[in-house]
Amino acid sequence: MHKSLKKYFPIFVFPVLAAFAVSFLIPFAAGVYLSFTEFRTVDTSTWVGLDNYIRIFTEDETFLNALWLTVRFTFVSIISVNVIAFSLALLLTRGLKATGFFRTVFFMPNLIGGIVLGHIWSLIINGVLGFFGVDITYDPSYGFWGLVVLMNWQMIGYMMIIYIAGLQNIPDQIHEAASLDGASPAKTLFSITIPMVMPSVTICTFLTLANSFKLFDQNLALNGKSPDTSLLALDIYKTFYDHTGLRLAEWHGTGQAKAVIFFLLVAVIAFIQLRATGRKETEH
Amino acid sequence: MKAKQKVFNVAVYTVLLLLTAVFLAPIFIILMNSVKGNFYISDEPFSLPLGEKFVSFDNFLKGFTQSDFLQAFMNSAIITVLSVAGIVVLTSMAAWYIVRVKNRLTKMLYYAFTFSMIVPFQMVMYTVTYLAFELDLNSIWGMVFLYVGFGSGLSVFMFSGFIRSIPAEIEEAAVIDGCDPIRTFFLIVFPILRPTAITVAIVDAMWIWNDYLLPYLILGSGRNRTLPVAVQMALTGGYGNKDMGALMAMLVLAIVPIIVFYLFCQKYIIRGVVAGAVKG
Repeated sequence: MHKSLKKYFPIFVFPVLAAFAVSFLIPFAAGVYLSFTEFRTVDTSTWVGLDNYIRIFTEDETFLNALWLTVRFTFVSIISVNVIAFSLALLLTRGLKATGFFRTVFFMPNLIGGIVLGHIWSLIINGVLGFFGVDITYDPSYGFWGLVVLMNWQMIGYMMIIYIAGLQNIPDQIHEAASLDGASPAKTLFSITIPMVMPSVTICTFLTLANSFKLFDQNLALNGKSPDTSLLALDIYKTFYDHTGLRLAEWHGTGQAKAVIFFLLVAVIAFIQLRATGRKETEH
Repeated sequence: MKAKQKVFNVAVYTVLLLLTAVFLAPIFIILMNSVKGNFYISDEPFSLPLGEKFVSFDNFLKGFTQSDFLQAFMNSAIITVLSVAGIVVLTSMAAWYIVRVKNRLTKMLYYAFTFSMIVPFQMVMYTVTYLAFELDLNSIWGMVFLYVGFGSGLSVFMFSGFIRSIPAEIEEAAVIDGCDPIRTFFLIVFPILRPTAITVAIVDAMWIWNDYLLPYLILGSGRNRTLPVAVQMALTGGYGNKDMGALMAMLVLAIVPIIVFYLFCQKYIIRGVVAGAVKG
């Protein structure tokens, strides 16, 4: 195969490689370079070394706020999404009737796009807050908890499906043995069920982590108009596109430097995930 | 024991039904408001569309005509179908080449594709927009080209994983029988890749149909705008009074195709979305 296929590179690989170069390779390299420059547009950049990175942590006040908000949001989402999703999975693996119907319903919100989802919840949250004569922009904590509710609504069904698959992999005999030995339901849950689905817990934790950390569309649609509720991705977007005037080149440089830091944070998370899931697999 | 079990089951069903109501409520509220008069949507979002509040399908007519909704819908449909087809065919070909021809170049390409999966969009947001405009890719076809590029990381990764599990002997037999690599791929390899192709197609279709930022930056809010861009523009753009009724109708029309699609191919979607979970 190797010999005859080799000269077919232009047909098999080139089309994808061209698209990949235009949408990723070149923009990525240019992005790293531009984070060390100030630029009004890409073709007029001046090298400024680490100025942009220094500015993020000194002059710019939004980045650290956004980072802290993102960390808190991610933390709360991981806990609430996974606890609820796991509980639902436990209820739906007890051999009850109509579990297929419940799975269908709980999973459905996951397919609705972030922008539409954000506007649905914007109507609901502002409707509820309307009873008290305020709206979501009134207090940053409203925006924060609004995002948490939205994230739960979207992600619970997805994680539930993964937990159900994990729970169904536990052989029935193990539970039977536990109950013959007189283990209480709570003891069985914490000593047998949860340890047995640890691989699913790891996957779901990192999926919720990555999705919350990189959240953009929902944030834009729900909190686009309120200050102090921008997560990292939205903060980077605003740094690029919400500024005009003389200091535009500085803002662009700062935005690109923020994007590099954002990328590094995501890369670290991905690396830890790789280590965590890799280790779990070798244990089995 | 039996009676206790029964009480327990009733309790579980009650909890599940309550949760079903909670999960469906947001969709129900949007549906309800889409047939209510403008004035009642922002003032009484939770009241039923009864009596004078009920305006039948006026909002849907307005939603269709005012915002040129149909155009956005068609743009999204065309871009999604072409991009998904392009991604599935082109990346499976590339993945086969990368797995079967082992050299330094293909190894590097594999790592580059895999690496691109962990890079968040914001990293290339500004530069890819600039490059797309420089290369005149700010069109429907240009958008498809960019989606093939953005989708290539995950799908090359998924196809490669599957191809590695297929023994190369089958393909080699075809070559001995006089098949050239192109025919070998489409007649023998591609049919075997079907399960992965379905997964890739579903994951990418959901992503592209719902994607907002890339089409907004590349195609803007003009004639070529996609559905999520049209929704975002209608709900946040402009000043003065917004036609809330038309907006609710737009939200419903944006959700309906997804739910219909979901109900028809639920099995594949759930399997596909979960398999796509590798995209960290």
